[in-house]
Parts: sequence; structure tokens; C-alpha cells
Amino acid sequence: MQIKSASRLVGRALLLPTLALSFSSVAFAGPDENQLIIEGETISTDTKAAAGNPLPHLYSGWRFRSIETQALQADDFENPAFTAVDTGEELWNTVDGSAGKSCSSCHNDAAESMAGVRAKMPSWSDSLGKPHTMETQINACREEQMGAEKWKWEAQDMLAMTAYVGLQSRGMPVALDLEKGEMQDWHDKGEDLYNTRVGQLNLSCANCHGGNFGKMIRADHLSQGQTNGFPVYRLKWGGLGSIHRRFKGCMDNIRATPYKRGSDEFIALEVYTANRGQGLSVETPSVRN
Amino acid sequence: MAKIKPRVKVPKTASAGDVITIKTLIKHKMESGQRKDKEGKVIPRKIINHFKVDFAGKTVFEAQIQPGTSANPFLSFSVKVQESGEFHFTWTDDDGSVYEAKKSIAVS
Amino acid sequence: MSFNRRQFIVAGVSATAGATMGVLPSVAFAASDLSQEAISTFTGGVEPGEGKITLTAPEIAENGNTVPIEISVDSPMTDDDYVAEVMLLADGNPAPGLATLKFSPMSGSAQASTRIRLAKTQDVIAVAKMSDGSVFMTTKSVKVTIGGCGG
Repeated sequence: MQIKSASRLVGRALLLPTLALSFSSVAFAGPDENQLIIEGETISTDTKAAAGNPLPHLYSGWRFRSIETQALQADDFENPAFTAVDTGEELWNTVDGSAGKSCSSCHNDAAESMAGVRAKMPSWSDSLGKPHTMETQINACREEQMGAEKWKWEAQDMLAMTAYVGLQSRGMPVALDLEKGEMQDWHDKGEDLYNTRVGQLNLSCANCHGGNFGKMIRADHLSQGQTNGFPVYRLKWGGLGSIHRRFKGCMDNIRATPYKRGSDEFIALEVYTANRGQGLSVETPSVRN
Repeated sequence: MAKIKPRVKVPKTASAGDVITIKTLIKHKMESGQRKDKEGKVIPRKIINHFKVDFAGKTVFEAQIQPGTSANPFLSFSVKVQESGEFHFTWTDDDGSVYEAKKSIAVS
Repeated sequence: MSFNRRQFIVAGVSATAGATMGVLPSVAFAASDLSQEAISTFTGGVEPGEGKITLTAPEIAENGNTVPIEISVDSPMTDDDYVAEVMLLADGNPAPGLATLKFSPMSGSAQASTRIRLAKTQDVIAVAKMSDGSVFMTTKSVKVTIGGCGG
């Protein structure tokens, strides 16, 4: 089934190339069939899409990467994001702010209290009147509960914390609740943004990651643009980055003026893209190219 | 930012004469000295330039590291163990800072 | 691999020299001036031989910023016969130096993995110096790709 859909993609991707070219392209087309096993635990990297999803079948970005990049995520020691996870764990237990509290003062053992949290994000917040992302939720805790200063969106400490908290949900299926509050509206706003062409290259997210995933855009193997592995360690960045950093990178690449990290536009886009990956396993912290 | 804490993976136990694999990873930007900032000025080099592993008073592995090594330097290598003891890992930064880690192995 | 005129001449000369001296042709690999200099400093002028050393690297690196590589050298790793050092170079980087790894008989096996930066498609060079002073060299070409929109 997967193989068949992959070869259909190949057929469409190649119009009239030479035989030699088509062979080299075949090697790169579609998601591969590799299995992600981390520390003995199999993490599913594809799943049938829920009703209403524009994608027929969901694939983790891991399935579009080279075997060398895949290997970096298949071992928690080889995965360089784990230096940040270590930092995150330390921060979890470190008192900060006027209330004299650490994360663990309220939430105890993250392995229990944070299991499943990443899978539900973004999630509606009544007090905020909009969806919380991991970043805004962590800062809300810091400011309101700990009396600590908030972290910047892309600060190393923030990334360490989102990686550490996210890891506690690894292997759990992404499951957003769009029924709560105005989540559906935010989702729909995100969907609009996703499908709107912008920038000098006049591309929408959907142009690459909707109908064309699995194909090569120059030397890059297009994924579905799933967010289930964030924060992600990108080889290009040589470090971790947030979902919004990736959005910004894509917009820069297509010569569009990017929205700001933490902007309503990016939060809406995050709600939509996360929900578009409904059912995929959380892979935080993942490794990509 | 929390201080630099290296990651080291050493098997807990081994039999005498075993060749074990040790893996190490340390968080570091490894600023190559080749990059320029927004004003076009060269960002000064700041890397981990040396790595050393001692066991029972002897250096068993050493690396001179140059700017072509990636950020968050990773090194894996082998050691033949004959007796129990403690590995002592040392990373040296261009600025003179030294980062250390220790890991014991029980050899039977 | 593309040659500029000077590299081509160097390759031609060393290939000829190699042929007359009975050295295997792979040694005539045309390294850049910077790499040549680093190699001769490392070897002390000893002509590198072929074989013994294996360099594993991806044929195509998804991103040049982090390219996993592995080296292993065929050696008994005894007190009398072991691999002393392996120098790794990226021939096409503005500064070719990657790392120099020092082994000992206690290594048990002369192998190591690391992750390197490659500025562009190029050859990675590994040179091993044995305890008896003999030298072996190998190279591996790695293609470095650039993202879809140049990102």
C-alpha cells in the first residue's frame, strides 16, 4: 500500500527524464520503509490520516531523511539534542523566581506529570483567550507560578525545556482537542495561511508539503512538513529549534516576509499543522537535515 | 544558561580483554573563525581544541580537534579493558576552560 | 571531482612520480596545497601507502554542517605494532583541518567516529601513521547538497 502510493508519486514526479536520471530519482522518491526504533522501543512513523485530513496517509519527516540522519535519531546518545534534554532536566529541578519554586515543586516527576502534554499542544487556554503552545505554557508557569522572568521563544533554556517536556510524550499519538474554546477558529485561520501563496516565489506551505511531498526540490527531499518531532535538532542549525523557527525559515526561503515567532499567525499555523499530523507519534526531540 | 555538561557512554561492566566502545558528546558551538557577523566582521574562533581520555594513569585516547569538527562534537572510539577503573575525560576550550567527566567500569 | 589547472598539473606530476617510484596510483590524489602541507607535516615526508585504512562517510550528505564519518585501520594494536595517529582533513574546506586522533595499544581497535563540517562537495582525507612510522592514506568523496530553496 505504502509502496504503491510512493511509486505513484514517482510517476508524477518524473515526466520525461533519461533512464539514468529516473533511477537515481527512484532511490529518493517517497517516504522510505525504514523503521524507527529508539532504545528498543518502536516509534510508529506513519499512520492512516483521520477523516477530513487533506493527506491520505501521514508520514513523519524521519521517513524522508537519509539513513545517516535517521541513525542520529535512533539512539538517544547519538542524538545531539540530548545535551539539551539534560539541561532541561536540570532546569526542571532548579528553583527560579520570587516564589522560590522550580517546575518540580508543582509538577514533581516530569516522566509522569508531563506524559502526553506535548501530544496535545497547542491547547486552548481560557485565561489566555487563545491556544497555548509549549513555549507560552512554560512562560505562563514561570511568570504566574514561579515569579520568574519569561524566556525568549528561541532561548536555549526554552528549547531545553520544550525538548525535555516533549520527550515525556515520545511515542504517544498527536491528539489536539479542537472542540475546546475557539480552537477550531484558530485551526481554520491556520489552514488559510497554509494554503495562501506568499513571497517572491509565490508558494504556499501546501504547494510543497501537500501534494508534492516525497519529491525532490533540487537536492532536498520534501516531507509532509509535520511538527511531531519539535523542537528539532537540525544538522543545518547545529542545534535545536522551535516550530516557529522552522516556519520562519521556510518563509525566508520563499522570499516572503516571515511572521514573528509567537505571533498569532504562527500560533494558528502551528494549530493547523499539528492537527494535520493528528495520530503521528511524538518524536521530540527529532533530528532532521 | 546551565554550564556545559558533557555526555559520556561507557559500558558499566566488561570482561578482561574486551574491546569496548566509548561515546562522547559535548554541547559546544564550535565557532570556526570562518563565519562573519551581520556587519561583515569575522566572528572569532572559539572551539574545543583538545580531548583526552585517561584510564589508570595512562592516556588511552586523545584528539586534537580543529574547526572542521561539527558543533556539539561527538567522538566514539575503542578501548581494551583489562581491569576495573575510572575513565577520566577532559575537553579543553580555546578560552582555556576545561570540561571534565568521569565514568567507572567494572571489569571481571 | 573537478580539477583546476594547477591541481591538474600537480596530479599529473605526482602520478608520474608515483609511477616511476613504484608507488600505487591512488597516492597521486591531487590534494589542495593546504592539505598537502598538512599531510607532509604529519607524515614527516614519508610517502603514504595504500590500504589498511577505511574511511566511511555518506555518499551524499544531507547537510554539510554535520556529516558523520568513521575511520578504522587494520592493525593488531599490540605494544609493538599499533596505529599511533590518524589525521582527518576536508580537502575543500577553507581550513582543511578536521581532527587528529591519537590511539594507543590500549585502544584495542583503531576505530573512531566523529561528525564533520564540509563547506561543499569534496574529498575527505584520512592519513594513518603507524607505530613503525609507516603511513597509509585514503580519500572519500562526499557530495554536499543544498536545500530546496537554497536554505
